[in-house]
Amino acid sequence: MLILECPCCGVMAEETELAPGGEAHLKRFGAGSSDEDFETYMFARKNPKGVHFERWRHAYGCGKWFLAARCTATLEVFGTYPAQTTEPPAELVEKIKAKRPDWKGWK
Amino acid sequence: MSRPVSALDGASFAGFAHVTEIGPVGMITLRAKPDLPGLAEAIAAVTGTPLPDRRRIETTGDKAAAWMSPDEYLLVLPYAGVAAALATLAERLSGRHHLAVDVSDARALFRIEGARAAEVLMKLAPADHAALAPGEIRRTRIAQVAGAFWRDETGYNLICFRSVASYVMGLLSHAAQPGSELF
Amino acid sequence: MSTRLAKGGRLIDRTAPQEFTFNGKRMKGFAGDTLAAALLANDQILVGRSFKYHRPRGIVASGAEEPNALVNMGVGGRFEPNQRTTTTELFDGLTCTSQNHWPSLEFDIGVVNNYVARFLPAGFYYKTFIHPRFAWKHIFEPIVRQSAGLGKVPKERDADRYEYAYAFCDLLVVGGGIAGLQAALIAGRAGKRVWLIEQTAHWGGRAVVDGVEIDGQPAEEWIKNALQALVGMGNVTLRERCMAAASYDHGYVLCDERLADHTPGDGRPRHRLWRVRAGQIIAATGAIERPLSFAGNDIPGVMLASAMRDYVVNWAVSPGDRTVIVTNNDDAYRTAITLKEAGLEVPVVLDARANVTGDLPQQARAMGIRVEVGRAIAKVKGGKRVTGVAICAHAGQGAVLEEIACDAVAMSGGWSPVVHLWSHCGGKLNWDESQAHFAPDPARPPLNHDGSALVVTAGAASGRLLTGDVLVDATAAAGGDDAPTASAPFEAAMEPVWIMPQGAPVQLRMKMWLDPQNDVKVSDVQLAAREGYASVEHTKRYTTLGMATDQGKLSNINGLAILADSLSSPIPQVGTTTFRPPYTPVTIGALAGEARGEIFQPLRRTPIHDWHLANRAYMEPVGLWQRPYCYPRTGETHEQAVHREVRNTRANVGLLDASTLGKIIVKGPDAGKLLDMLYTNVMSNLGIGKCRYGLMCSEQGFLSDDGVVARIDEETWLCHTTSGGSDRIHAWMEDWLQCEWWDWQVYTANITEQFAQVAVVGPNARKTLERLGGMDVSKEAFPFMTWKDGELGGFRARAYRISFSGELSYEIAVPASEGRAFWDALLAAGAEFGMMPYGTEGLHVLRAEKGFIMIGDETDGTVIPQDLNLGWAISKKKADFLGKRGQERPHLASPDRWKLVGLEALDGSVIADGAYAPAPGNNANGQRNTQGRVTSTYFSPTLGKGIAMGLVKGGLTRVGEVIEMTRLDGSFMQVRIVDPVFYDKDGEKQNV
Repeated sequence: MLILECPCCGVMAEETELAPGGEAHLKRFGAGSSDEDFETYMFARKNPKGVHFERWRHAYGCGKWFLAARCTATLEVFGTYPAQTTEPPAELVEKIKAKRPDWKGWK
Repeated sequence: MSRPVSALDGASFAGFAHVTEIGPVGMITLRAKPDLPGLAEAIAAVTGTPLPDRRRIETTGDKAAAWMSPDEYLLVLPYAGVAAALATLAERLSGRHHLAVDVSDARALFRIEGARAAEVLMKLAPADHAALAPGEIRRTRIAQVAGAFWRDETGYNLICFRSVASYVMGLLSHAAQPGSELF
Repeated sequence: MSTRLAKGGRLIDRTAPQEFTFNGKRMKGFAGDTLAAALLANDQILVGRSFKYHRPRGIVASGAEEPNALVNMGVGGRFEPNQRTTTTELFDGLTCTSQNHWPSLEFDIGVVNNYVARFLPAGFYYKTFIHPRFAWKHIFEPIVRQSAGLGKVPKERDADRYEYAYAFCDLLVVGGGIAGLQAALIAGRAGKRVWLIEQTAHWGGRAVVDGVEIDGQPAEEWIKNALQALVGMGNVTLRERCMAAASYDHGYVLCDERLADHTPGDGRPRHRLWRVRAGQIIAATGAIERPLSFAGNDIPGVMLASAMRDYVVNWAVSPGDRTVIVTNNDDAYRTAITLKEAGLEVPVVLDARANVTGDLPQQARAMGIRVEVGRAIAKVKGGKRVTGVAICAHAGQGAVLEEIACDAVAMSGGWSPVVHLWSHCGGKLNWDESQAHFAPDPARPPLNHDGSALVVTAGAASGRLLTGDVLVDATAAAGGDDAPTASAPFEAAMEPVWIMPQGAPVQLRMKMWLDPQNDVKVSDVQLAAREGYASVEHTKRYTTLGMATDQGKLSNINGLAILADSLSSPIPQVGTTTFRPPYTPVTIGALAGEARGEIFQPLRRTPIHDWHLANRAYMEPVGLWQRPYCYPRTGETHEQAVHREVRNTRANVGLLDASTLGKIIVKGPDAGKLLDMLYTNVMSNLGIGKCRYGLMCSEQGFLSDDGVVARIDEETWLCHTTSGGSDRIHAWMEDWLQCEWWDWQVYTANITEQFAQVAVVGPNARKTLERLGGMDVSKEAFPFMTWKDGELGGFRARAYRISFSGELSYEIAVPASEGRAFWDALLAAGAEFGMMPYGTEGLHVLRAEKGFIMIGDETDGTVIPQDLNLGWAISKKKADFLGKRGQERPHLASPDRWKLVGLEALDGSVIADGAYAPAPGNNANGQRNTQGRVTSTYFSPTLGKGIAMGLVKGGLTRVGEVIEMTRLDGSFMQVRIVDPVFYDKDGEKQNV
């Protein structure tokens, strides 16, 4: 059972306080978008064995959404950060690269 | 106006800790970012406390202001003072983006008292009490529902939603059962 | 015979005798006994029967690994099957019975299976599943069901209480032996927050029984001092009778503390499930001795060598008068020495090794014990208890050299580290050739959230079996470097022995038990290998090896060695089965914790709940809410009550507790913009003081919620959601605000529970409110689809003129703390106008008569608003809203979609819930095609006939058509497609 540090309230929260929200950094495609863009937004999800970026909500705590970078194989957590961003913080990306030299990057 | 009745109308349980539902107590949810001009003054005008920092609750007498999330505060005050407090907030924060609503009746408030009061909460919430600073409010899970608790000189205060007050009373009574002390 | 020795017994208190019964027989033991020790002290060698062959079974072990000696414990509400006697502490008045026999333990008819054993080989069950086809259902299943399962199912409600508790520590040390104590000492002195737990009631593990010295003191003294030091540390918490059942990701460990198993009914919780979150775990969980595979190794009286000396030293119980010892290592000689010192006979030690050089054998020989090297047991003689052994050369095929009379056999096949906690969340193992066991590979530990090693093993759990090594390893595991010194005799290397004798023919292999609880023998595993089972996981399931309640603690390594040999593969290549929690069985009550009875789940109550109960409402769950379904009067069925409530609401006035309706405040300069994205229609242009019905869709375009939105002021809207939908919709709003449009200036607050909301519904609704007084509720001052703040009967009220019934209707919100008083005031005011409360079923009938949809009835996550003829509530003007793009998909615009219609049976009856309309032809699976289904169906008391709503291909274009729909009995009924508004089509009743 995971523990993630909520970057919004600073609590080390165990999984039962959290609600998962799937893949992070999706770009929304709304009315009038192409079939391809909409399909990618709605359905195309990564399922890597390794580094993954996810949405979590501190549902039983401060109620805020945040994002987490995590290894799906070892469950190592590289970091958490607020949801108000379209891409992971640069220093987190550097940290992951140092720990996982084979990682192809977040996109 | 009829007499306001709290969720359990003051039910209590005496176990190895003493559990009482108290209320009605005035509570206001104030949503605003901490850097909103005039926010600290508005809160001070209502509760007499400073603007609470992250995860802190500031208390003076029967009033308190708690940090609930990066843009939410909970103001605690006597039940009868809520309307005036809302008016004060509206006046002081007029024209500035915020939301203040009366949630006094949407919540239930419990007191847990006694030397072993913490042990009651240790059975119900996945929160590390050793990691709690004095004056910290912890929002967490109380068995199967959301709740928040903080400590003062004589015990713990616990808030939850009104509709599950009887469930939470059941939890607290079960956890405070004599003979089930943890340490 | 087994008996109590006159002297010794470090754990028993001879001044505190305890009486207990086994199969109704009164027996005596002492405080400090385990049930197993007490049974042995009473010469109860035979304690149960095996699962498949009903073979006689005796006590094999002295701890958690025991496969055989399981009993039904207790009676009534404290009855529990499959309790291990070896871990059950004796108490006065304990009652237990043996399992898996009929009519009695001594004479068991099921033992007939033993004589047909050759017909019940490995995979027997699987084979019966397959052929002949008829046999499973008619022959095997009834027999298997009859004999399946060990023990009996408890019939009464559990009399005990259970609870959870959460604990947090820097370091959790599991195991209170010398390794665990030493690790805890190091970490405790370093100031860490330490938890040290021990599954038994005693500290020190095996060290005292094995007679080692630490730092020049007897082990017992060192343990006492260590404990004293630990107790004195404020940062160390000690728990005995506390078993680490499982380790999970990020240091989450479930520990089962048995508070009152040995003091039943003393008022304490029976078990407490600790949910520990540890920064790191040290598994000082020791090692378990392995049995040896020789013919007759399951006969009562054959015991692990270590267990036998436990019984002698700890409880002063001798399992036999004459004990033959058979071993492949030096450690078992400790048992020979212990028995001899206790004045018991050891006729011979049979050592499979050709060279025996250690200190302990030397000492045994010096004490006059006969030691035979290169020897093995050809077979054990006896039935319900051991009467002797036949000896052979280990290198041969079992030709008997000599027979020796004895009444007990102590066996030792070496030791296997207990690696469960290491393995539960992914720690990897290495095969240690010299000690013939799997041990943790420190280079491949399970990882914590920060990438560090989550579990470290210490002592025997690491494969360090000698005392000095144990202490060094435990010290290092806790980050220390100054280990105590130990003095213990030199032990020579063991030699793996997987079959005894090496060349045993099949007649002997058929009597060599690997798993004595599930009756899996060496020959079964070999048969599985011959039949093509190469994977250890498949072999486990096929033979049931290691699937019993002990989960193969004794049998797994021996079994996989046999499999590896049969496959001619090295053992590490065959590998182990997966270690799964719990380490030993955890009672269901402990897992449920406090969640039973009244607090099984958080049922939500409205402020008017108590009135409903006092007035005999039949309550139903709506999500977690408890709502009145109807209020039956004396002599009324629920159906009659519902009809009365509906008719009265249409004719007079009804009262509904609508407090569960979700209420979310949305405020800010961009609130209108947000609502225009969330709802399919436009909400930003709603006038202040007005209400508008709105729909919310998922991004795929499917309808997810509906409700009335009220504009409160320039920047504020109040959104009503479905009952039970408020948390979900509030979270949905916050998701978009926090994660997509975070620069929009909008705040939301879920204020559902701040209010009691009551719907006053019916032709006399206005009169009722006028009687309360305080607010102008006339048509002119308070038109339909508007709202008002004010006072009603002295209550602070916000009233909405909205209707979910087609009647003149007001929904009034008052503060929850005044909800009950307001309800009472309404009942009093409405009495003269024929007011009656109505429940959720009445609500459903009223709305169905009007053709109003209900989320969850007419919708199921695949329905778009257009399917429900709600196109009018979808803005054509807005550039975007959530779900708009999804609805642009061609499939969702297809004219072939099933759309909402009304349905009426030609004979006026009620169409069955879930009825389908078949269509001509079959689909690709040979099933009949369908063209529609019922979504809501009721008897309408207003119209005196059945009415229904449904989704039918072609929708309203087919009004007037008659189609067939299914009945529950498989027949069909004739149904006419009609307009879904059955009552007051022009809305005259609500607009008055």
